[in-house]
Amino acid sequence: MFPWLTVLIAWPLVGAAVVGLGALGRSRTGSASAGIGLARPLALLFSLVEVALLVGAFAAFDPGAAAEHQLGETYPWIPQIGATYAVGVDGVGLLLVALSVVLVPLVLLAAWREQGRDEVRLRRFVGLVLLLEAFMVAVFCARDVFLFYVLFEAMLIPAYFLIGGFGQGAGRRRAAVKFLMFSLGGGLIMLAAVIALYFLAVGAGVDPGRAFLVDELVAVDLGTAAERLMFIGFFIAFAIKAPMVPVHSWLPDVAGNASPGTSTLLICVLDKVGTFGMLTLCLPLFPEASRWAAPFVIALAVISVLYGAIMAILQTDLLRLVGWTSVSHFGFIILGIFTFTPLGTAGSSFMMLNHGLATGALFLVAGFLVSRHPEKSQQIADYRGLRSVTPVLAGTFLVAGLATLSLPGLATFVSEIMVLIGAFSGEPAGSAAWAIAAIPGVVLAAVYVLLTYQKIFTGAPAAGLEALPDLRVRERIVAAPLVAGLLVLGFVPGLALTYVDAPADESAALTAIDEPADAAAQMGSDK
Amino acid sequence: MTEFVAPEIDWLALAPLIVVLGAGVVGVLLEAFVPAKARRMTQIVLTLAALAGGLAFVVVLWPQIVAQPVQVVGGSVTLTPFALGAQGIIAALAFLGVLVVADRTATGQDSFAPTASAVPGTSYEDLARRSGLEQTEIYPLLLFATGGMMLFASTDDLIVMFIALEVLSLPLYVLCATARRRRLLSQEAAAKYFLLGAFASALFIFGVALIYGFAGTVRLLEIAMAMRQGGLPLEGMTGLLVAGVLLVTVGLLFKVGAVPFHAWTPDVYTGAPTPITGFMAACTKAAAVAALVEVLYRISIGLGGASPEALRQLQIVVVVVAVLTMVVGTAVGSVQTDVKRLLAYSSIAHAGFLLVGIAGFNLQAQSSTLFYLLAYGIATIGAFAVVTLVRERRVTAGSGEDNGPVADDGIVLGEATEIAQWAGLGRKAPWLTAAFALFLLSMAGIPLTAGFIAKFGAFTGAVSGGLWWLAVLGVLASVVAVAFYLRLLVVMVFQPAPADSGVEPVETTPGVEPVETTPVVEPVETGVSTTTTATMARAQVAAPQRVVVTVVRSRGPAALAIVVCAIATVILGVFPSPVLGLVEQASKFVP
Repeated sequence: MFPWLTVLIAWPLVGAAVVGLGALGRSRTGSASAGIGLARPLALLFSLVEVALLVGAFAAFDPGAAAEHQLGETYPWIPQIGATYAVGVDGVGLLLVALSVVLVPLVLLAAWREQGRDEVRLRRFVGLVLLLEAFMVAVFCARDVFLFYVLFEAMLIPAYFLIGGFGQGAGRRRAAVKFLMFSLGGGLIMLAAVIALYFLAVGAGVDPGRAFLVDELVAVDLGTAAERLMFIGFFIAFAIKAPMVPVHSWLPDVAGNASPGTSTLLICVLDKVGTFGMLTLCLPLFPEASRWAAPFVIALAVISVLYGAIMAILQTDLLRLVGWTSVSHFGFIILGIFTFTPLGTAGSSFMMLNHGLATGALFLVAGFLVSRHPEKSQQIADYRGLRSVTPVLAGTFLVAGLATLSLPGLATFVSEIMVLIGAFSGEPAGSAAWAIAAIPGVVLAAVYVLLTYQKIFTGAPAAGLEALPDLRVRERIVAAPLVAGLLVLGFVPGLALTYVDAPADESAALTAIDEPADAAAQMGSDK
Repeated sequence: MTEFVAPEIDWLALAPLIVVLGAGVVGVLLEAFVPAKARRMTQIVLTLAALAGGLAFVVVLWPQIVAQPVQVVGGSVTLTPFALGAQGIIAALAFLGVLVVADRTATGQDSFAPTASAVPGTSYEDLARRSGLEQTEIYPLLLFATGGMMLFASTDDLIVMFIALEVLSLPLYVLCATARRRRLLSQEAAAKYFLLGAFASALFIFGVALIYGFAGTVRLLEIAMAMRQGGLPLEGMTGLLVAGVLLVTVGLLFKVGAVPFHAWTPDVYTGAPTPITGFMAACTKAAAVAALVEVLYRISIGLGGASPEALRQLQIVVVVVAVLTMVVGTAVGSVQTDVKRLLAYSSIAHAGFLLVGIAGFNLQAQSSTLFYLLAYGIATIGAFAVVTLVRERRVTAGSGEDNGPVADDGIVLGEATEIAQWAGLGRKAPWLTAAFALFLLSMAGIPLTAGFIAKFGAFTGAVSGGLWWLAVLGVLASVVAVAFYLRLLVVMVFQPAPADSGVEPVETTPGVEPVETTPVVEPVETGVSTTTTATMARAQVAAPQRVVVTVVRSRGPAALAIVVCAIATVILGVFPSPVLGLVEQASKFVP
């Protein structure tokens, strides 16, 4: 069988090596180096071939058995410590791989003019993006806890350089350090749990050479106390990554200071590792502890929903605002996961994809807008009345914004309603009450999106902005797939739901104790 | 009359030691007989060949020793796989270290004083420099030190261990004092190292005396066996043994640089010539840690049988030292402003992480310790090699401003070790910065570098020894450690170079012979050292000059060392299993 996943992981690495060649040459500023600049087209080519490879992987994947981890490969990697190279995806993993792979060429296109004519700087940027892509794809495929941990930490490094090296904000270095410290801190706590997990598994009789494999670990009974401790270790790492109140504070800083392309990859894809980890590691490995912690987690998730939305309304900086909306949305995703209902979990999985499309579109379009301002201002107050000046830009922004507030007809609506209905019937005590408490989040979303749209695009154009150019062809090409994706999935959500329903059932069955089986069937037929 | 029986000596087992120490002796003779012009090159070739030869013999011996450990010369040299592995690591690291030592860089000068015995700032010193003298004795000294380290790690006899300790220490004291620049600082470092080192040696030998008093032997294995079987005359007085072991341990912990015996480390690492610092930080630590592992492990076998309570107390001591070392190393390290000092505190912190692995007192910990020493040593030598290439350069004002080209005619001064001076290095020397960043990431234990696998091994060692809370503490200390490596990384990669280096214009004669003058270091109250130039006083008023930070080109050896270290760091991080397999074989301790 063709090793689709390994090829998907390796190809961007090759690209990073090819493009990055010479990235460490001396950096020259200004137009002194008038090289034609092969880096951009080359990187774009690599990322497009990757998309083609993705199509192949989709063809090889059997949606009928989406709950199983398919396209699997397992090789010994470091036998002395029991680590294996084990990859495989279920439907959710495949969708997230798809999200990463599709967003990369769009980000590259969006950043086409961003690095100016500095060829070396450009090579560094695209090289890092491709490197990050390889790590992102790999982390969604990893079926070995050790491999997952290694990738989880290693991908912070390219992300760190992308934030600190290529942003617009003056505070980007601080933001990069803050991001790395938060993530590494969480990761190292997870490392302690990973080591403990290994020893417990070996103690329970698992072959030491396979004791990091998720499929082996699922069957191990860890004992209540140990299971809870390890759940906490994993969960803190994922909550920081997701990000969840109260460990979210790095995210707005990054969003406000990094370049929009970086933010797109970081918040739309990288942060999904947090929720993906909760779904594919915390729940199956620590089902009892997940149930134990669920009331607490749900409470925090709903607080994230509301707090993120309120903070978004209060922002004056456009990119920070988009960052805060993500805090709110990640709250919804986590809420869905910890309802333990097939509907809620499927909604969360679907929402991971939709959030990537919607927020990605919003970040990139906001980036286009900022790049047009004479002073590259990110302050919302500096813009007014652009609807008449740049109608296409305004329209795209509106669609992305409406997707963010989950307007019916767009994909985000479907997933959000699934999460909320799932939460109403959720297992954990008080889940329904929390679901009701989260509903104002939907209303607040309308406030922050529409108010922002109103401030930026309506009224008479602000002085100095009367002649801004509208979206260029390149920028339209960036926005089109995202908008199309949101629309198509909004009307035909079944396209994606085929991939997430079965894993959601499986996940609900793993965490279920007894009776929810028929409740699951009921909810399944409802939708 | 008992007849004298010539001992059977397994010469092959001694070969790694003989090659290295023998080459040291030959090197001393070369000093006398080889003409001055050819001396340097001969010494370098001999030294590198000896270290490579030592390593080759280690490889040849490996299968034999893994199958059956041997005791040579009545147990003075006890070659277990662990000891042999330590010898190999020391020889390999020393090879890389010597490459850095041997590099003269594009300035044509190495890091060593023309005549180390000249009083700093005198006309004699000036004369020696002008006539192009060189101190080639450093190469035999390095060989002796390396030989001592290899013996230190592979003996069972406490007296031999003491001798090895002195053989490795004395050359290092001398080498510390030989810096070409900042000579007073260098000599101060040597004096400090010597005084504290002598103190530690005294504690060590006193501990040996106590142990001998208890057991009637200085052979660790015999002590362990006797304690297990019982019947020692002073059986009831395990306190004597514990006190002795503690004193010996203190002596070893001093060399390891563990808190509270670390006070010398920052000063000595800062003052010593940078290539020597790299050599010391990597090789001495490897030897000392290996010796510590052997002593503690063998004693613990004996104590485990005779007095589990005493063993528990010994373990508590090691654990407390490990925690203190991690905490102090990372906490104090995070406020340093000098690159060399920062790396010194990093080495202290790593001693703590190593002790976390050792404190488990089990076999799994032994192999992870060897891997740790290798990974840490490679990153350390590489990092210090980079430090040797980042220099200050005095140029005419105006040159190099606004990122324009820096005139190449300026005089290259000493190393630029202030962290602030490293700002913008990423722009000036991207490859070098990338390599340094890699070493820092490895030391920080980021996955896909050797440091991560090493740290993982140390923590699993502690967990499998039942000390899971120590592993958690280690993990927390790693977070702090990451913060301080990051600080340096941020300065190098993201901060633009300051428009003006903030150095006041210096007045000098134009057209003066570009022979470098010795900056004399005068410590001022703030603790920051200022460089003034002795001959400057006589200079006439001329074009203002300023000091910029520049990266000098390596003449090859140091660059080779950096490349090898960088590649090894990545390979050991991504595909560590061949090396892990080897060190796993090495952990077959034979008591």
